[in-house]
Amino acid sequence: MSTMSLQETAHHEGHADAHGEHHHHETFITKYVFSQDHKTIAKQFLVTGIIWAIIGGLFSVIFRLQLGDPNATYPWLEDLLGHWAKGGKLQPEFYYALVTMHGTILVFFVLTAGLSGTFANFLIPLQIGARDMASPMLNMLSYWFFFLASVIMMSSLFVQTGPASGGWTIYPPLSALGEASSGSKIGMDLWLVSMAMFIVSSLLGGLNYITTILNMRTKGMSMTRMPLTIWSLFFTAVLGVLSFPVLLSGAILLLFDRNLGTSFYLSDIVVAGKILPNEGGSAILFQHLFWFLGHPEVYIILLPAMGMSSEILSVNSRKPIFGYMAMVGSLFAITILAFLVWAHHMFVTGLNPFLGSVFVLLTLLIAVPSAIKVFNWLTTLWRGNIRFTPAMLFAIGFVSLFISGGLTGIFLGNSALDIHLHDTYFVIAHFHIVMGVASFFGMFAGVYHWYPKMFGRYLNNTLAYIHFWITIVGAYLIFWPMHYEGLAGMPRRYYDFSNWESFKMFGGLNEFISLVALIVFAVQILFVINFFYSIWKGRKVTTQNPWEANTLEWTAPIRPGHGNWPGEIPEVHRWPYDYAKDGKDFIPQDVPVGADESKH
Amino acid sequence: MKDLFVVAIVVMIFIIIFQIAKASEYVSVLKGEEKSRKQNNKINGFLLICFLVLGLIGAWYCNELYFGKTLFPQGSASVEGEKIDLMLYITFGVTGVVFIITQILLFWFAFKYQEKEGKKAFYFPHNTKLELLWTTVPAIFLTVLVVFGLKYWFKMTGDAPKNAVVVEITGHQFAWDMRYPGKDGKLGKKSYKLYNQPSGNTLAVDFEDPESWDDLHTTDMHLPVGKPVKLVINAMDVIHDVGLNHFRMKMDAVPGIPTTMWFTPKYTTEEMKVRTGNPNFVYEISCDQMCGKGHFSMRGVIIVESEADYNKWLASQKPEYFTLFPNKDPEKQNQATDSASITAKPIAQVMPGN
Repeated sequence: MSTMSLQETAHHEGHADAHGEHHHHETFITKYVFSQDHKTIAKQFLVTGIIWAIIGGLFSVIFRLQLGDPNATYPWLEDLLGHWAKGGKLQPEFYYALVTMHGTILVFFVLTAGLSGTFANFLIPLQIGARDMASPMLNMLSYWFFFLASVIMMSSLFVQTGPASGGWTIYPPLSALGEASSGSKIGMDLWLVSMAMFIVSSLLGGLNYITTILNMRTKGMSMTRMPLTIWSLFFTAVLGVLSFPVLLSGAILLLFDRNLGTSFYLSDIVVAGKILPNEGGSAILFQHLFWFLGHPEVYIILLPAMGMSSEILSVNSRKPIFGYMAMVGSLFAITILAFLVWAHHMFVTGLNPFLGSVFVLLTLLIAVPSAIKVFNWLTTLWRGNIRFTPAMLFAIGFVSLFISGGLTGIFLGNSALDIHLHDTYFVIAHFHIVMGVASFFGMFAGVYHWYPKMFGRYLNNTLAYIHFWITIVGAYLIFWPMHYEGLAGMPRRYYDFSNWESFKMFGGLNEFISLVALIVFAVQILFVINFFYSIWKGRKVTTQNPWEANTLEWTAPIRPGHGNWPGEIPEVHRWPYDYAKDGKDFIPQDVPVGADESKH
Repeated sequence: MKDLFVVAIVVMIFIIIFQIAKASEYVSVLKGEEKSRKQNNKINGFLLICFLVLGLIGAWYCNELYFGKTLFPQGSASVEGEKIDLMLYITFGVTGVVFIITQILLFWFAFKYQEKEGKKAFYFPHNTKLELLWTTVPAIFLTVLVVFGLKYWFKMTGDAPKNAVVVEITGHQFAWDMRYPGKDGKLGKKSYKLYNQPSGNTLAVDFEDPESWDDLHTTDMHLPVGKPVKLVINAMDVIHDVGLNHFRMKMDAVPGIPTTMWFTPKYTTEEMKVRTGNPNFVYEISCDQMCGKGHFSMRGVIIVESEADYNKWLASQKPEYFTLFPNKDPEKQNQATDSASITAKPIAQVMPGN
């Protein structure tokens, strides 16, 4: 779309009132369904992500019921799941399906699409001063491929043999052979097709984000004047574009092995008494392909949370982010290193020990840029004038969780220690804290911070504070004790520990964790209610810049139309972190530099 | 009815919380938004410092409760695992200090520098010296950890000592099988195509290979204490993993790609019962790689005993060859015991594809 026509649209919409959906050529379908407006697409990603998060969270609550009390029966579970919960007891096949879908949903559908999809779409044009994405059409397709992926993944929950159940990492041969597991029948094909659609969506989005950031910045917005959110979303997109295709190829080869009789991952197998003809493949090859995406994926999830937390910490400390260039540099270092550490997930596969040692070194190197980021966040808080908005609390919580979960990465990245800790609850605790809960905190911070820009209304503060406090306390109560279970070698993905002399002493702890998980899940429902209620009934935003922030999105109208700014796009004269400078509380990016202004 | 009641209560609680939250919003509008915002700020600042204090106490309390239940107070049951324990303690030391310092700074700063009337934030955009400091200090500590870690890693993943006892362990859905090389010290060849359940050749051993004739096939693993053990690890169907938490050892079992690991058991099972104070103590083999619906029940048992007991046990086991081909058993046939005189001819009958 040409700039000219976009400007026109923006001009018209700027004057349209909130109910003006029938304005000009806009119909309900083009405005809310097949919309090409980046803001609407962002909301579509967010709402779809929230729906997936509820489903994924509910799955974890159901399998936590099993872990909390392996002998209990729940008649309502049978009503809900039918033969998967015969006699009210969750069957092992379905337990594994729930574990698998919980991982898949949360990692890909919520924390990748829901997080990047939402905030990259919403913030990139608004914060760099663009009317929309480089290609609004591809952007729309990106959402609808995600929607298609969602529908296919959802449908796999209803097939007779059940959804995929080999873990979210879908290692073959287990995932390749229907004889080995009922979840490896049609459910696995659906999983792979859904992921292929998902990857297409992610690539369309990623290419768009990169192109937009490189080409469509407003006048004066040099790369070094971009907010850290944009930097983090940029590196996230680069990671996704370079690593997702590798998973796509891995998934397609797996589809071939499953359906066309190839032997990429299969060799020397006797399954269910049947000798398979496959020879020459390597099961480990898949793990290389998977983790070549799988590890960058961790940073695809984490970087946007880092970027948004950086921004929110700075705004609410009323202080510039400390060490802007070091923050960008560490994001860059993390991006490069993210591609060079994948085999640290494979220390115990029989990997060549020398190769393993290289991956140890590169893995622990990541701790250096991570440490820089943590200390820079701490220094940002130091001598600030801090406002504890709900977004700020979640950003502080993010830093706390990132420290806690990051430090246990130093244990796991060291191959000698990983021999003992690999695939135990220590790993569960580590990655749930550092990439699961921490990224969720980044996402919550983002939602609370930019909700007024998205919907022109505020979320209810009291509910937000309740949400924060119960979630952070609950998250630590759930995952902190799991480290101890891991130190005892308690393996992950077990349906029942009561027959194990080595692990059964943690029965009481498991019950406690399940109880807390239930409460934390309930509080997330409170957040969801708050989210949807406030869209229509929340307190209205009355000022253009409610957080007194410097970035460009707050120079747009309270409810920006398609095209974002009704008139000219503002020109940028400074970096986005001029807080507390020269005695002024804040100086937005579009304010020209004064003659007597000091340099930073 | 009871279920309905529970659901009703939960819904009620939600509605009550929601109504309180709505009401508080109206109150804040009445009171003046700026005033109530400042009040909230004070409350949350206070809660943050409470969270820090209670959190650190909680972490200590959690350690009191559960550290005793981990494997570390009683020490590693293998000589090599002691290195892992040492590494773990070093890493605990380093990360523990960083954890406490950074968490205290985070919450203390948040509390101390909360918004105050008339206060201005300090404009402090960067400081090269500080940034270099926290680039180099972590780098130095990490170098130490990497050097220690890799030293032990190479030692543990290196070749097993020559005198190691060799045991083959094979995983399949959902159990473990052991094979001992017998008197000749060599395991007979295997080929997965020779798998034959009706004949009992579930490990797909090539019985045309004379080295297989004295091999033992067992379900429990017996090991002599104080001698290095080398495990040769196989899988029949999908990937499994031999997890030996007491020995701090773990290695995947991959179909088509045999792997190995070695360690030296330090205590017999009986000694461990005393050390752990648990009369039911047993060394367990857990499958640590998701392998299907029975993954959680894929349990194996290791019995570590004195060398004399171990040898006695070995002598009491009958080679698999003789259980599968009783007519070759010298005890039954009273034939010449010279293994060379046993022909491999009848075996062909039980081999598929022949």
